[in-house]
Amino acid sequence: MTIAVKTGQIRRRPNVADRTLIGLTGLATLIILAMLAVVLGDVIIGGWSVLSWHFLSEAPRDGMTKGGIFPAIFGTVALTLLMTIVAVPAGVATAVYLSEYAPADSRLARVIRICIANLAGVPSIVFGLFGLGFFIATVGHGIDTVAYGGQPTYGKPSLIWAALTLAILTLPVVVVSTEEALKSVPRELRDGSLALGATKFQTILRVVLPQALGGIMTGGILAVSRGAGEVAPIMFTGAAYFLPYLPTHLNDQFMNLGYHVYVLATQSPDVDRTKPLLYGTVLVLLLLTFMLNIVAVVVRARFRKRMAAAR
Amino acid sequence: MASTTTTAVPAMSRPSRPGLARRIRWTERIAEGLVLLVSLVSILSVLLILIFVGKEALPVLFSPEVHREVTPGAMVLPYADAGYMWQPVSDVPKYNILPLFVGTLKVTLVALFVSVPLSVGAAVYVCEFAPRAAREYIKPAIELLAGIPSVVIGFFALIVLATWVQRVFGVEHRLNALVAGFGLAFAVCPVIFSVSEDALRAVPDSYRTAALALGSTRSQTLLRVILPAAAPGIAAAIVLGFGRAIGETMIVVLASGNAALLDADLGHSIRTVTATIAQELGEVVVGSAHYHVLFALGALLFLSTLGVNVVGERIVFRMRRRMGGP
Repeated sequence: MTIAVKTGQIRRRPNVADRTLIGLTGLATLIILAMLAVVLGDVIIGGWSVLSWHFLSEAPRDGMTKGGIFPAIFGTVALTLLMTIVAVPAGVATAVYLSEYAPADSRLARVIRICIANLAGVPSIVFGLFGLGFFIATVGHGIDTVAYGGQPTYGKPSLIWAALTLAILTLPVVVVSTEEALKSVPRELRDGSLALGATKFQTILRVVLPQALGGIMTGGILAVSRGAGEVAPIMFTGAAYFLPYLPTHLNDQFMNLGYHVYVLATQSPDVDRTKPLLYGTVLVLLLLTFMLNIVAVVVRARFRKRMAAAR
Repeated sequence: MASTTTTAVPAMSRPSRPGLARRIRWTERIAEGLVLLVSLVSILSVLLILIFVGKEALPVLFSPEVHREVTPGAMVLPYADAGYMWQPVSDVPKYNILPLFVGTLKVTLVALFVSVPLSVGAAVYVCEFAPRAAREYIKPAIELLAGIPSVVIGFFALIVLATWVQRVFGVEHRLNALVAGFGLAFAVCPVIFSVSEDALRAVPDSYRTAALALGSTRSQTLLRVILPAAAPGIAAAIVLGFGRAIGETMIVVLASGNAALLDADLGHSIRTVTATIAQELGEVVVGSAHYHVLFALGALLFLSTLGVNVVGERIVFRMRRRMGGP
């Protein structure tokens, strides 16, 4: 660190212009915080009374105007689990390559970085188009032609295609978070391990990755939270309005909390009757994604603090 | 650095077990190869998205079968009898995409108009004025706003914001460009905030101390020194926020009213490019003209966000290099 005089140490009595500026920017901050509070508040107030064991454990009834949302919870969990199994290893490996193996001036690493950055900026609906055009119409259809005699088995919206589409969407989240964590592992640890005779891969596996675990977990949690809340990419790749059964195979369709909210909000013939259910579903979805986010934020804060202390 | 130390490893293990060194070398190579292979997935994904969205979009330009129903010209020029109309499901389907793009532009402008002052202001406050203790809560809280799923914000806009907007602005239609734009601001603010905050943080402390030492007030320091220095980064933040806004789907699907009208009135319902794809692709016949037109819309969307993001990232990159940051 450079020996810099902290700005705060120079005390100058704020004049009118200063005060106005501080007031205005402070107000802007307050408004953004209020946006967060008002969404949370409205959903919690609206949904709290609906939450019950029945709501969480039962299937929808009577044209989705009664009953619970268990199939949607189940589908969301299954979807994000599958997604994580693909996205986390792929993301961690990418980050390991970028920060441990790639030479400093590597062209390839630059291209990978550009691709990751662009992947993060692709609109989620485009991922939906891609999932439909690639996974279902091409890969799935190909599997059907080869293995199932043209019988539509994998060439249709399925759990596996939705999960893979989401895995690509959340890949940047894992990569960015893991890379940040890997970078914060002190060089001395690597050098020490190598000096003791460990190979590079052993060093990465036994020294670097365990040290970076906090950051990797943050990335994984953020990815799960993001994946659990996305609707646009799964609309055409596997989510179903209503299913009388739970998905048990990779090529089954599934219900999903976010999609359920969309369906109830737009397709219901009687919005007033479904409104409590809608609030309940939104609250469950929000609790799920929000809790994960809070955990991620806390883990990251701790991790950063520890890393700062280690330096 | 590290490479000089690795060469010592085989030398050390050689005397004790001769086969081991070779085996270790092979494991190392295989491991590195696998890691490299997996990290190519990101490149592959971008290419596959380009190829497979492009593949379904291109028939709009080249397929005579599609041209029997719609030509690229007809997608931008007005219909003689109906003007600028998007009505793909009717006896004579109409595919004019201008109302959709104007719709997207309308909500995006509303969203930016709201979120640019708010999030740049908040970034300035957090970076320059906030007490340190407050800063540690404000930043994660705004990050949490980014973690709210867009379908939840869309729902909130549909049920709550729409009522408020109708009460305040007295608009005729409950769901309109204003409601969708305000909803969109919830998603755009965190993006602009965090990139602007990074930009402000990248301004070296010496700029601040020098300006203050020369006798400027805090507002002069901010307006004449810090903001100009961080301007490219803040511009990038706005560009990235724009990219986020035009690509957002669920908020506009729920809150915009979804009527493809071509006018400048913010109180009217609109239909965006993303919402059109989301609502129509589910019901469309695979391989029909309508299907290909929807993919063409997706391709246009993909290319425009790609362009926007490349520009944004470049500005951020250059600014970091100039400031000597990471």
